[in-house]
Amino acid sequence: MSVPKFWREIPHKYRLVGSRCRSCGAIYHPRRPICPRCGSRDMEDVKLSHRGRLLAFTVIRRAPSDMADLRPYVVGLIELEDGVKVLSQVVDCDPAELKPGLELEATLRRIRVHGPAGVIEYGYKFRPVIKWEAEAGEGQ
Amino acid sequence: MKPIRPVGIVGYGGYVPAYRIKASEIGRMWGNDGCALPIIEKAVAGPDEDMTTIAYEAARYALQRAGIDPHEIGAVFIGSESKPYAVKPSGTIVAEALGIGSQLLAADYEFACKAGTEAFQTCIGLVSSGMAKYAMAIGADTAQGKPADELEYTAASGGAAFVFGLKSDETVAYVEGSCSYTTDTADFWRRAGQPYPAHFGRFTGKPAYFRHVITAARMLMEELGLGPEDFDWAVFHQPNAKFPIKAAKMLGIPTEKLEPGLLVRYIGNTYSGSSPLGLAATLDVARPGDRILMVSYGSGAGSDAFSFIVQDAIEEKRPLAPPIRAFIARKKYVDYASYARFRGKLLR
Repeated sequence: MSVPKFWREIPHKYRLVGSRCRSCGAIYHPRRPICPRCGSRDMEDVKLSHRGRLLAFTVIRRAPSDMADLRPYVVGLIELEDGVKVLSQVVDCDPAELKPGLELEATLRRIRVHGPAGVIEYGYKFRPVIKWEAEAGEGQ
Repeated sequence: MKPIRPVGIVGYGGYVPAYRIKASEIGRMWGNDGCALPIIEKAVAGPDEDMTTIAYEAARYALQRAGIDPHEIGAVFIGSESKPYAVKPSGTIVAEALGIGSQLLAADYEFACKAGTEAFQTCIGLVSSGMAKYAMAIGADTAQGKPADELEYTAASGGAAFVFGLKSDETVAYVEGSCSYTTDTADFWRRAGQPYPAHFGRFTGKPAYFRHVITAARMLMEELGLGPEDFDWAVFHQPNAKFPIKAAKMLGIPTEKLEPGLLVRYIGNTYSGSSPLGLAATLDVARPGDRILMVSYGSGAGSDAFSFIVQDAIEEKRPLAPPIRAFIARKKYVDYASYARFRGKLLR
């Protein structure tokens, strides 16, 4: 990927910014200039929820060469709290722990590293929500 | 050093990666079975994590607790000795990912393990002077340890972030004062282009760590007219479990006051993240009115000492993000082979 293309994608890759159609209310990720549902060009940026639930997943064992260092890795279809569905790597978990409905949250990780001298692409990935037991006097 | 206008911590957060390697597994790899080991286990960044992603994680939780508009943050400083780019600031990536505006000052600091608290000092100055409404200081690292070197047992990954603002009802703790002690002492270093640091063995102790930590702490206490008994909690830089406990004893501080922030046994030495994570873990248990002593140490060498007074807002803001103990409890063990792969220790 060229640096300018990666740079243009920063809002949706770093912050899960999508598009909302002002005409029909549909929300998309990544951003779209035209609403596929009603054809309107009246779109606005919207920051999507960083939480969602796992709908389905697969384990990638034969990866593209620039992702080979991460294999095996999990790619999941996640429904965000806004109702938008995104495809993302799911990290910090064993595939055996995953099941549909699992609560996930977005984080920022390395997506690709272009050799020892090239640019590092960062972007969203999801991981199981970090939970903790509240101690006396704490809420959560 | 006392800020002209009082400054406090508006929000804090920490992050420790999920992976752990036991010190005994590193010992097994290098034929060191059965020898005394400096810690139990250390945190290992995952294959897609680096200092910038760790800084992001800590910063998001600090913002979550701060509850402020990210656009009001005027500076992001990251202290680290494991910057993914030799030239290109990491703070720009963290700021962009958090939605912090572009009317921003950003820089990466380097002062071995105390680069994070250097960032504290700068943020406190900027806020106190009125040059920034809020400023964020982050200490984070994916520390490098040469295979088989004694540092490999402890060099770990993690970080913590603090948002500073003028002291108010919204600050969880305010800065009572700070003091820095710096000399030219080459106890540990990494030359440009070298993947791993070098160190001068036992020289890292008495003339380096202890001299700087103890001197900075005593200077601070003298400046504030305080004694060791005035502090409810203490956090020191934690290269291993022995040094901070010995430093506390030398200062006349009981070991119990270190306990909440003494994380090194379970996560290792997170370098620039070490004392900031200790402070975050101490804020996780401190009560309003408590006084916290924090002393960092960076080889090369220097120490920054701080006194913080915990405020009422801690009770309300503490539950807004995961405590450090949640990250310590979240762990997946890896063997030496996975660790070597994750941390790029294999030549291809």
